[in-house]
Amino acid sequence: MSRKVSDQEYKKTRSYRMKQWFDGSKDLFLDELEMKPQKEFTEDHRTVRQREEEKRRLFERVYDIKHNPEITVFNKIYRLFCVCFCIFLVIMLLTAVSNLPTTGHADNPVNNEVSRRYIENGLQETGSVNIVTGMILDYRAFDTLGESHVLFIATCTVLILLRNDRKKGKNSIADMEENDRIHEPKNDVILQTAARILVPPIVIFGIYVILCGHLGPGGGFSGGAVIGAGLILYLNAFGFAKTERFFKASTYKKLSFGALACYALSKCYSFYTGANHIESVIPLGTPGAILSSGLILLLNICVGIVVAGTMYTFYVMFRKGGY
Amino acid sequence: MAFVQNFPFFSIILSLFSGPLSSILGGKAAKRLNIAVISMIGIMSCAVLSFTISSGESYVYMMGHFPAPWGNEIRVGVLEASMAVFFCVIMLLCMLGGERERLAEIEPEKQNLYYIMVNLLLSSLLALIYTNDLFTAYVFVEINTISACGLIMIKQNGRNIEAATRYMIMSLLGSGLLLLGICFLYDLTGHLLMSNIKEQVQLLNESGDYHIPLLVSLSLMSVGLAIKSALYPFHAWLPDAYGYSTLSSAAILSSLVSKGYIFLLVKIFYRVVGFDIVRDSKVINVLFVFGVAGMIMGSVSAIKENNIRRMIAYSSVAQIGYIYMGFGLGTTAGVIASIYHIVSHAATKSLLFVAASGITEASGDSTDFFDLTGAGYRNKLAGVAFTVGSLSMVGFPMFAGFISKILFAQAAVESLHKVLPTLIALALSTILNAVYFMKTVIRIYTPEKKSVAAQKGHTMIRIMDNPVKSAALVCFILLNLILGLCSEPIVRLFQNGLNMFT
Repeated sequence: MSRKVSDQEYKKTRSYRMKQWFDGSKDLFLDELEMKPQKEFTEDHRTVRQREEEKRRLFERVYDIKHNPEITVFNKIYRLFCVCFCIFLVIMLLTAVSNLPTTGHADNPVNNEVSRRYIENGLQETGSVNIVTGMILDYRAFDTLGESHVLFIATCTVLILLRNDRKKGKNSIADMEENDRIHEPKNDVILQTAARILVPPIVIFGIYVILCGHLGPGGGFSGGAVIGAGLILYLNAFGFAKTERFFKASTYKKLSFGALACYALSKCYSFYTGANHIESVIPLGTPGAILSSGLILLLNICVGIVVAGTMYTFYVMFRKGGY
Repeated sequence: MAFVQNFPFFSIILSLFSGPLSSILGGKAAKRLNIAVISMIGIMSCAVLSFTISSGESYVYMMGHFPAPWGNEIRVGVLEASMAVFFCVIMLLCMLGGERERLAEIEPEKQNLYYIMVNLLLSSLLALIYTNDLFTAYVFVEINTISACGLIMIKQNGRNIEAATRYMIMSLLGSGLLLLGICFLYDLTGHLLMSNIKEQVQLLNESGDYHIPLLVSLSLMSVGLAIKSALYPFHAWLPDAYGYSTLSSAAILSSLVSKGYIFLLVKIFYRVVGFDIVRDSKVINVLFVFGVAGMIMGSVSAIKENNIRRMIAYSSVAQIGYIYMGFGLGTTAGVIASIYHIVSHAATKSLLFVAASGITEASGDSTDFFDLTGAGYRNKLAGVAFTVGSLSMVGFPMFAGFISKILFAQAAVESLHKVLPTLIALALSTILNAVYFMKTVIRIYTPEKKSVAAQKGHTMIRIMDNPVKSAALVCFILLNLILGLCSEPIVRLFQNGLNMFT
């Protein structure tokens, strides 16, 4: 043996584990991965029979096919009508589209003074190098204010539908953890290692996309989606115990409230001054610098927070029904 | 610029801001905030209304530092302000009337979510009323749709989830068609601002270019909004959504949500396309036929119904039919009648929902028609209120429904070819309305035998048992009487408003 270290010490090193992995003498998943295998979907005869019985009864009692032959007729006509209607709709829309102005033509009605001003004066008026950001967050900020509230209210409806408030006995916390294990394994080494490498760059990239939304392609919506994806990956790899150290239901509530309130208040200021022809005191800064283009940076951050929180909350609600 | 002119913007922002604010509050605090916000917006809208009446013209309010075709703007006139006032009043009364039901039917942890929905719904309604930009309208239509879904499924049982799913599918279909229509229109005109689109559309109409896409776009927008407001063949989502959701949701949905879309349609007709072009395009004839069919078929379905809540819901189909029939007449008088009917139907339908809940409460919470025998004696105020609402729906003089019916009839006489079908439909629909509403009124005033009453678990409900609901009912009755007895100034207000509107 030419080895310098003792056998015992050698077994602790990385190269020994690597060798084991090559040999196939040790499976990394065995005894490490906590996972409940999914049960194969089987149906015993009784439930099948019951379902068929129910279906039969539905036709017999609820629709009463025997005494209501018009229902069968109606169903046939309904199908025929559906097909006809779809064909009609397709023909109508195709005709309309083929009669629209040619795409990309210079004389199109879309190329008018509106888009000209966005392109020519966008940089001076908003201070944002990225014209699209300047458009959605400065020229037409009211629409985007509505749009960010669409995301917020969508989360709220998902909360209404899916949030488990642990009121009923069968949905205790332990049960929920147990159920959660069916869909997602715990302590998956490959996933954890990959996540450890990937999550920080993803989140940092998301932050970059948000912060530079006024300088290049990107902005609150795309950057927020990137951060949300990073958070979901982290949650998948490390489980709820780890993520709940920094992201709980109350965190989401506070963050989204803070972001939306910030958005509403700052835009309140600029709408009010704009409508009353008061000069705004917010400087536009030098275009191209990170601290420039007035409120756009702040608004991008707010939108990013809302989008990231929305994505993460959607995922959590669909997976477990609560933080 | 007078300070009052800022109020429409304040009211939109205030209701929008109160949504996220309610998310961090508890249920009770959120409720108080909601009531406070609605009342404040109501008061502000009153101030705006008096300002626009005294100034005699509508004004444009810039949302931001950039003027209109580049930035967003809202436009405020008499009609918009009066709609805002009216919507706030109805919403406040609906929220007060359904207070106890909400407490009982919504899980305590989810109470505040309900108020988020209501606040954002109010903001979207206000934005739909005030906006002068088609795309802003679409954004707030989205908020409106999602929050209406939330209002339906907050009471979590199978029926409501099913109703919400159905509502969502139909409503998203409507939104999609509306968006397609807006896209077509943008491609043809290059604008999203309503007044600029109108200029371009007039030019296109004179030159005759792009006739087909213009027609398709107009019909897509009309059909989309018709689906969302439950015009007759698209009404399949309505009875379940109104019939099983919690009381204030049902009242708000029937009286406000569908009306917001109808108001947007009026806006598209008058401000985006121009009513002359709409009249020449024959789209309104389709709306007329659907409206008349809805007036008859909605009432027929209501007659067949044995559940009082669903019966009232089906009656909405008929009343929405009236409104579209008014558009279909193609005259300004017809549109005025429709706008009046928006108001009178909203006031009456929410009254009926609240009164019906009072009646069912006195009948052991059964909505079945046969359990309601003698309920008018057990809950006297609700009985009276239900009678008032029914009489108004049928079109009894003194109440709101009578005025809108007479306006419709007058408008029909002015129109050229549609006199006969309109008058026949009006008469037939009135008789059918009378059949099911009077049937219910007679049923609740038929005394029940004492032995049966005890067996069915009937209870006496006095006025002071639920003072808030009683107050709401009294206010609803008064509102109905005001609309029925002092209609002249209101109609004149709407006429002025519509003149300013274009």
